[in-house]
Amino acid sequence: MLDLQDLYQEVIVDHNKHPRNFHRMEDANRTAEGFNPLCGDRLNVYMKVVDGVIQDVSFEASGCAISVASASMMTQQVKGKTEQEADTLFRSFQDMVTADADTPVDAGQVGKLAALAGVRRFPMRIKCATLCWHTLKAAQAQKPQAATTE
Amino acid sequence: MTRDHGSAAHGLTSALNIEHVRDDFPILNQQIYGKPLAYLDNAATTQKPCHVIDAIKYYYEHDNANVHRGVHQLSERATRAYEGAREKVRKFINAGSTREIVFVRGATEAINLVAGSYGQLTVCAGDRIVVSEMEHHSNIVPWQLLCERTGATLSVIPMNDKGELILDGLNEIIDDRTRLVAVGHVSNSLGTVNPVNRIIETAHAKGVPVLLDGAQATAHISVDVQALDVDFYVFSAHKMYGPTGIGALYAREKLLRDMPPYQGGGDMISMVTFDKTLYNELPFKFEAGTPNIAGAIGLGAAIDYLTSIGLNRIARHEHELLQYATEKALTIPDLRIVGTAQHKVSILSFLLEGIHPHDIGTILDHQGIAIRTGHHCAMPVMTHFGVAATARASFAIYNTYQEIDRLFDALNEVRKVFR
Repeated sequence: MLDLQDLYQEVIVDHNKHPRNFHRMEDANRTAEGFNPLCGDRLNVYMKVVDGVIQDVSFEASGCAISVASASMMTQQVKGKTEQEADTLFRSFQDMVTADADTPVDAGQVGKLAALAGVRRFPMRIKCATLCWHTLKAAQAQKPQAATTE
Repeated sequence: MTRDHGSAAHGLTSALNIEHVRDDFPILNQQIYGKPLAYLDNAATTQKPCHVIDAIKYYYEHDNANVHRGVHQLSERATRAYEGAREKVRKFINAGSTREIVFVRGATEAINLVAGSYGQLTVCAGDRIVVSEMEHHSNIVPWQLLCERTGATLSVIPMNDKGELILDGLNEIIDDRTRLVAVGHVSNSLGTVNPVNRIIETAHAKGVPVLLDGAQATAHISVDVQALDVDFYVFSAHKMYGPTGIGALYAREKLLRDMPPYQGGGDMISMVTFDKTLYNELPFKFEAGTPNIAGAIGLGAAIDYLTSIGLNRIARHEHELLQYATEKALTIPDLRIVGTAQHKVSILSFLLEGIHPHDIGTILDHQGIAIRTGHHCAMPVMTHFGVAATARASFAIYNTYQEIDRLFDALNEVRKVFR
């Protein structure tokens, strides 16, 4: 059950129960819808980007605890960052959740997102954690079609 | 609410010795995360008894050759085994002739075959195909593809909130432009056993043929295609203790004779020149290429296994498990059962309030309990119930009361995590 406690840490359960920045943003200038066809999770990301800086970001989602918590934590982390910084964080996050179970987590790179490192022991759940990031990227690129984890 | 687990208490001593049955399934004897495996994902695929595994192994070790062609001893043996399996399938569903049994990859391919071949023969722009709201995607998408090709449209038999088909309007839904009614015998996401006799009767009264998707039925219900008077019946071996990659299409001989081939290739012809090709006789006209010989033999062995135990005894055991699990589920206030039809096979789809099925699935897995979570390839059903996914436990011949107790104990663990 140790792995399981690693996955469903208190902070993740808390973000799932009380997701932060969980609302529609009427004056967003970048939005995208994400969809995980495997489990039917849906997620909308809204952003206000000015001069390459993510001034505000929010989301709405119906999904599992991992996908909701990951999105909630993501919005906290990228708010105020430049798009480039957000990209770098996405790459570090993706490296962390897809790394071997024994690879040490570099908290300097991912900050509080380190709480989601437990996902790496659950290959079936990695997409739950990354859906919001793929959707954020799609919103940045203003891709018209829904982002998917496939 | 834990019942006495002695088999005598359930009156099963004479009915079904579960310990003996479990011994037939080598895969069950293992631990997952240090807990004994409780395999409750049988509607996705069942495990295989050693009878099936051994039949396939024996074939490859002794008889392997291509069928229907060779003059040598092995080819003759392989052909006899393959055609022997066809006869077992015929008998299993009481078809009139082996000419009406086409081996396919599974129920999905069988439906695609009918949509492709029968569809090409009969469906034009403005025609209609009738399906139901509770279909698996495999009994929706092939018809949509046919509709796209031909300009036909789909009509849908609705269902109520218990997960039962509403047949009141069936006479209107099946109209004079309807070319086929295609419905599931048993729903994979809800467990509902559909009133197929009434559907067939109504359709036939209007001269419309009926296809039944039996993927979820054949492991639980004895099927008699002649008594049903059904026109097409499809099923997959892997959901009835047989191997993956093999299944069967039953179709009336008259229909098969009129239908054009589904695929071209070897074995489906009797003579080929560059001017003209004469197709082989039934059912070989629909079996292009070297078939899944070992798979068919495995399916035959699965049928032998099911028959030796008896579908009635299996159904009784599974029904008791379902009843036991349903009673337990009803005592949990924040659990909602999705699919409460009066006639069900042993499928329990459910939701825990505020907890996503995917999280339930992961936590149960850590208790050694395998269930399915998601939309179960029946997204219109999820839409009907206003959910994105459900958790689904489905019981088979080898499942026990203890495993159901463990399932509900583990659900308590799930609630603790999200307390």
